Amino acid sequence: MGASSSTESNLMASLQRNLSKIVVAPSFAASLFFVYGFIIWTAWMAFSKSRMMPVYDWAGLRQYERLWQMERWHVAIENLLIFGGLFIVICLFLGCLLAVLLDQRIRAEGVLRTIFLYPMALSFIVTGTTWKWILNPGLGLEKMMHDLGWASFKFDWLVNSDFAIYTVVIAAVWQASGFIMAMFLAALRGVDQDIIRAAYMDGASLPRIYFGIIIPSIRPVFLSAIVVLAHLAVKSFDLVIALTGGGPGYSSDLPATFMYTMAFQRNQLGISAASAMMMLATVMAIIVPYLYSELRGGKKNG
Amino acid sequence: MADLQTYGQDSGLKHTLLRGLLYLVLILFSIYYLFPLFVMITTSLKSLTEIREGSLISLPRVVTFDAWNYAWNEACVGVECSGIKTFFWNSVQMAIPAVLISTILGALNGYALTKFRFKGANIVFAMLLFGCFVPFQVVLLPMSVTLGKLGIANSTMGLVLVHVVYGLCFTTLFFRNYYVSIPDELVKAATIDGAGFFTIFWRIILPISGPIIVVSIIWQFTQIWNDFLFGASFSSGGSAPMTVALNNIVNTTTGVKQYNVDMASALLTGLPTLLVYVLAGKYFVRGLTAGSVKG
Repeated sequence: MGASSSTESNLMASLQRNLSKIVVAPSFAASLFFVYGFIIWTAWMAFSKSRMMPVYDWAGLRQYERLWQMERWHVAIENLLIFGGLFIVICLFLGCLLAVLLDQRIRAEGVLRTIFLYPMALSFIVTGTTWKWILNPGLGLEKMMHDLGWASFKFDWLVNSDFAIYTVVIAAVWQASGFIMAMFLAALRGVDQDIIRAAYMDGASLPRIYFGIIIPSIRPVFLSAIVVLAHLAVKSFDLVIALTGGGPGYSSDLPATFMYTMAFQRNQLGISAASAMMMLATVMAIIVPYLYSELRGGKKNG
Repeated sequence: MADLQTYGQDSGLKHTLLRGLLYLVLILFSIYYLFPLFVMITTSLKSLTEIREGSLISLPRVVTFDAWNYAWNEACVGVECSGIKTFFWNSVQMAIPAVLISTILGALNGYALTKFRFKGANIVFAMLLFGCFVPFQVVLLPMSVTLGKLGIANSTMGLVLVHVVYGLCFTTLFFRNYYVSIPDELVKAATIDGAGFFTIFWRIILPISGPIIVVSIIWQFTQIWNDFLFGASFSSGGSAPMTVALNNIVNTTTGVKQYNVDMASALLTGLPTLLVYVLAGKYFVRGLTAGSVKG
């Protein structure tokens, strides 16, 4: 064991450090180009005069002005608020409720969990197709209720421009609430049993234990769930396309379907890019503070 | 776990009633979640006349697989009327290479970023991670231009590239979080024994990566198979993946609306991911919750 061996191992170590960089480099380069580069390109498009073809003439905030003057964009934003709000609140409520119910030493818990969670494995297009059939006013739920003897039952939300967006909520909740349940269930299983036992010994009732101790102690999961759901809501595209096609008219448009229509059907590249940037800004406003707090928390722990 | 059995002070009748109520509520919820699947299956097995006469929840009087056969072999997607089967194979050809490539790259990235950390590894990881949260709308336009320039627009290869690029952040995240918990001493000991970067990966790291490989494959397969946005944006006609074909079949406005064919097509599209979930769902759930819940 001498100096030569240690130099050798230094050399090895340095080679390995480089190998490590070489391995990560292609992915990093891809990310720089396909994520960061593309964002810059889209941002630029939103400042250009582009309509049918991408052009690079500077137009300032013109495209954003045009975007915010469009009634269709306002409908999309309003729909996102309705859809996102209801989707998040209902999924949180259902997910939390189901998790608490499943946490009561239930027989066949595995089977029930599978049943609550399987919709998550399906494509939104499959979900949309199915709910479109169930909710169709002619032969679906409405006819079923009539056959059961409820003759005055009326359910035409799918073709009613005031309510079409709520059918998207129904289908989206069906699809995603099981996943939120799984998140809460995992968290419930991680709560410190000694604290619960101590509270019980002090004579606290079960609801008090849940609302006073357990739910506050899994607060971080609420935050994670809200972030996951908000992210899903902003990106929602397939479900609307399959369920309502954005219609009737454009009454159930969301920003994602708006952007797609402008880009691929209306030849309004500039407006489309501007709407994409608005979506990015929305997601960043949710994600960046969350990631920041998560990463800082991570550093504290390790 | 806090539950009525351990902490419930009420014994006897009240306890039994509460348990009964609990199971009743759970069964009602199960019906809610199973209802659409039930409707899909029964509708796909009925004839069109029976669909018009019967109700949503009635069982088929005569079980017929005509709709399945028609969906697979004859249904019209655009002008092409040779069923959804071609598009099923498009999806297979897209998903398999994309899943494998993104998983392999993710494993190597995760390993390099945790066991052979270089200066700035954290920043590189954070920058990669950012890609998971970008709404894809923001990359749609430049991607379609780029695919055109590369000459792989409207091709399965183009879609493979897209899915690999935007799946990388997830696979890297999975493997990185998994490898962080593996003791560094394992790698250090092997380094002292003279083993190199790839030897250690191959001999030590890979053999214990089973659970996270399963998670990565299931996640990526589900994401890629179920994707619609990229498929609809970057493919056309015969090269489209199955989800795009399904949407096309359902929204064809010509001719009589064939609900049974729609449902059969939807089931065929959902079947692969559903199978994966039922067969390997245990690991999927375990892995997903382990990754997303920190609190």
